[in-house]
Amino acid sequence: MGFTATRDYTATAKLLHWLMAVLIFGLLALGFYMHDLPLSPDKLKLYSWHKWAGITAFALLLVRLAWRAGHRPPALPNSMPKLMQLAAHGGHLALYLLMIAIPISGWLMSSAKGFQTVYFGVLPIPDLLDKNKEIGDLLALVHKSLNLLFIAVLAGHIGAALKHHFIDRDDILTRMLPRHSKEN
Amino acid sequence: MKRITLALALATAQLTSLSAHAVEYNQVQADKSAVNFVYKQMGVAVDGKFKKFSSQLSFDPAKPAAGKATFDVELASVDTGAPEGDDEVAGKPWFNTKAFPTARFVSTGVKPLGGNRYEVAGQLSIKGKTQEVVVPATFTPQGNSAVFDGAFTIRRADFSIGEGAWAKFDIVANDVQIKFRITASGK
Repeated sequence: MGFTATRDYTATAKLLHWLMAVLIFGLLALGFYMHDLPLSPDKLKLYSWHKWAGITAFALLLVRLAWRAGHRPPALPNSMPKLMQLAAHGGHLALYLLMIAIPISGWLMSSAKGFQTVYFGVLPIPDLLDKNKEIGDLLALVHKSLNLLFIAVLAGHIGAALKHHFIDRDDILTRMLPRHSKEN
Repeated sequence: MKRITLALALATAQLTSLSAHAVEYNQVQADKSAVNFVYKQMGVAVDGKFKKFSSQLSFDPAKPAAGKATFDVELASVDTGAPEGDDEVAGKPWFNTKAFPTARFVSTGVKPLGGNRYEVAGQLSIKGKTQEVVVPATFTPQGNSAVFDGAFTIRRADFSIGEGAWAKFDIVANDVQIKFRITASGK
């Protein structure tokens, strides 16, 4: 049809994208679920797991940023209007910024609430903030608000990918799929 | 001249410390005293405190063995750092503050360990259960008052603190360290 085929994402980029997608959906679901649980040993356990998964996602993000710095992602197809290309880049930038800001806000919130984050119960992540109820409550609100914003941007991300696939009928979605490989 | 001043200063210091020894510290200053605790949650140290407590104390460093202390902690004043934690800990499985509002320590003997260190033996009662505890403490004179600092570890299971779902120690450890600072002025 009217589009020019673009390059696939590399296997590394795909792996990082989908690993983080799984982790992030798990983190979001766990975060909203555990928050409303009555206090119990299980709730405390889930909070710890959420923190560990959050650190893992942040570490993967650093790997991804390092990878991204040395590898340009495949270009957007020429069939996309300039404004849409700009919106796509802006959306991806927003996703990256939120993937940085959300774990940091969670980490700071933990410190301010007096519960240090210790990765897998073994590796202590230093507390940058002292215990302080007001700051803890404020950071809880920041963490929640950033996540609501994240969900909105994710909905846009997924909606855009589906629109490319089903309406524009280009290869924007398929070039990120695991088994789809044209060129590498 | 310098030597004389130094000698005078030393003499004064000695006099002050002598007079300090004659003082019995028995007026507890609540605003300069604190009761904190530290426990481990999935291996991570978490601290909290009690906001309300009262203490009667009489301690003369010249006669340490005659020293006495009682301590009453209002358990409902617990501050775990989270409101839902405070509510939970006041509830039946933990302190059950409706039935057992206070924790009480009554000393039975004070043993000097040398220097400013002492060992206070006593009975600690929480939630209807009484245990013998030995509390190491230090004594630091500060002007007209003195600061008593100490820490000891209890096992929460000994007092049935955290029953039912909390009875296992995998999430909240059995050991709880109690730290206190009592400031008392002399008469």
